Amino acid sequence: MSEVLVLVDHVDGQVRKTTSELLTLARRLGEPSAVFLGPGFDAAKETLAAYGAQKVYRVENPDVDDYLVVPVVDVLAALVEQAAPAAVLVSSSAHGKEIAARLAVRTGSGLITDAVDIRAGGSGVETTQSVFAGGYTVEATVTRGTPIVTVKPNSCAPEQAPGAAADEVVDVTVSDAAKTAQITERREKQKSGRPELSEAAIVVSGGRGTNGDFSPVEAFADALGAAVGASRAAVDAGWYPHTSQVGQTGKQVSPQLYVACGISGAIQHRAGMQTSKTIVAVNKDEEAPIFELVDFGVVGDLFTVLPQATQAVEAGKG
Amino acid sequence: MNIVVCVKHVPDAQSDRTFDAADNTTEREAVDGLLSELDEYAVEEALKIKEAAGDDTTVTILTMGPAKAADAVKKSLQMGADAGVHVSDDALAGSDSIATSLVLAKAVEKIGGVDLVLTGMASTDGTMSVVPAMLAERLGLPQVTFASELTLDGSTVTIRRDGDVATEVVRASLPAVVSVTDQINEPRYPSFKGIMAAKKKPVQTFSLADLGVDASEVGLDAAWTKVTQITQRPPRQQGLVVTDDGNGGAVLAQFLTMQKFV
Ligand SMILES: Cc1cc2nc3c(=O)[nH]c(=O)nc-3n(C[C@H](O)[C@H](O)[C@H](O)COP(=O)(O)OP(=O)(O)OC[C@H]3O[C@@H](n4cnc5c(N)ncnc54)[C@H](O)[C@@H]3O)c2cc1C
Ligand SMILES: Nc1ncnc2c1ncn2[C@@H]1O[C@H](COP(=O)(O)O)[C@@H](O)[C@H]1O
Repeated sequence: MSEVLVLVDHVDGQVRKTTSELLTLARRLGEPSAVFLGPGFDAAKETLAAYGAQKVYRVENPDVDDYLVVPVVDVLAALVEQAAPAAVLVSSSAHGKEIAARLAVRTGSGLITDAVDIRAGGSGVETTQSVFAGGYTVEATVTRGTPIVTVKPNSCAPEQAPGAAADEVVDVTVSDAAKTAQITERREKQKSGRPELSEAAIVVSGGRGTNGDFSPVEAFADALGAAVGASRAAVDAGWYPHTSQVGQTGKQVSPQLYVACGISGAIQHRAGMQTSKTIVAVNKDEEAPIFELVDFGVVGDLFTVLPQATQAVEAGKG
Repeated sequence: MNIVVCVKHVPDAQSDRTFDAADNTTEREAVDGLLSELDEYAVEEALKIKEAAGDDTTVTILTMGPAKAADAVKKSLQMGADAGVHVSDDALAGSDSIATSLVLAKAVEKIGGVDLVLTGMASTDGTMSVVPAMLAERLGLPQVTFASELTLDGSTVTIRRDGDVATEVVRASLPAVVSVTDQINEPRYPSFKGIMAAKKKPVQTFSLADLGVDASEVGLDAAWTKVTQITQRPPRQQGLVVTDDGNGGAVLAQFLTMQKFV
């Protein structure tokens, strides 16, 4: 069976949920081989094995972390040549898509971004994407080279399957050409203690309607164990960090449950949340376009509705 | 300094965007189009650099697209750019990002002597965010992408990039390809004077032959991926919307409990 390369997304060996999802999907296409760059392999090994990685290609070259995007492309391009994989899977973050983009050009391969599903079909790797703010579903295949696919978070439920995770240290020299965009400083984001926005099963977002006070949104999110998101209006006003923005120019999320509080539902916001499984909104204006999308909506003031709901949820958990 | 800004003409997101039934490509003829909003930030940043330099810096707008795409160049010239280059050729219809990046790279080379290529963070129709990285790969230039802040110091460009886990400062030497986000500035509106001045600004049109690109390398048939099926999603059935009568929060909690979210 052919190998399927999965680029591991991790922070110091803490493997992100998206990688478990990719490994799960990779098993439909062949034998998953994880590609692990940077420090922390020992911490990561167990998770990679649990989700079925038969092999792990390890690169410990520090250059990989000091320059933008290209060193990773060098590594993957070398592995594509060496292993002739059935596909390369990368998670659909901004960073992941850029890696995939250059790899496609470098290896003469077709690229599919933001897949929400992937499977082996008659004509090779088949993918499903959701386009135009979720208005259409598109099925596609790759017709040239090695299929390179970026997959959106939450596209499948990660399923365990034991793998050997046999590690093979890869010695890749990063070309000088890869060292032209240097990362001179890195400030880690403060951890909120809440789930990561793009991976969370539940997201509660606040918009201009919060009037700058996110406390009822946060309290409700915490009662549900949810991540907190924000509309661009709330971010532009400086009420919440840009990394929490949901929408076309923020994060694209597709959680099991999305709760929009004091958000009107502009097309650019919808582009980031329309594929959520269940959508709930709290808004004072019954005409707000967000209500066109909801499975359940409350026309009301978020400052009274959310605290009451929070209390009821906490009581229910009792 | 010579700056090239890549801009795309896209279907208006407020209109009903759709596909061409014959070949499964984005419908670009029947739908109203405009300069991709996210590319306005790149044009604005170029104009700011030009104004700050106060010298003979030129800003050239580059677009690839059908005849209508000239509107995107026009709007950029009205904002204050100096010249336009429009790559247009029947063979380009249905090109994917791989072909687009090839054509844009060839055009940048043809324009020649370019110090800085600026792009938007994503096109509002494809939203792939891949062309800038591909362009850097093809031109062999540093890739400095997702800038939410940009500083030029001599021939060094430094940006702030807000990533998922960290904010990074990235530095490279010119020439470079830089993409900018919608956090970087506030694009200006064309002034009346700008609109009048744009009429006299030069716009060159290049065909594939002018760029030395073979028609077999672009267009739908050359795409390295194939769309096999497109289905319109049934509009979401609007669910239950209740008006808060003092009990809205409790009813909401009940709904979530029923759906097993609690
Ligand atoms: C290029 C571009 C990119 C963009 N990208 C994004 C993006 O990624 N994400 C994004 O979100 N937007 C994006 N936008 C902006 C988008 O167009 C909207 O302006 C934005 O989403 C509006 O945010 P909002 O819904 O919070 O504010 P508003 O539209 O002002 O809506 C506020 C809502 O709150 C309700 N409200 C007020 N008070 C209360 C209360 N006490 N209780 C309950 N409800 C209340 C109001 O009825 C109203 O419906 C983008 C725009 C452009 C041009
Ligand atoms: N046809 C095109 N003509 C000129 N620039 C383009 C074109 N397509 C994409 N771009 C540039 O590449 C950026 C990212 O596009 P995309 O990768 O399609 O999301 C855009 O913001 C533009 O700056």
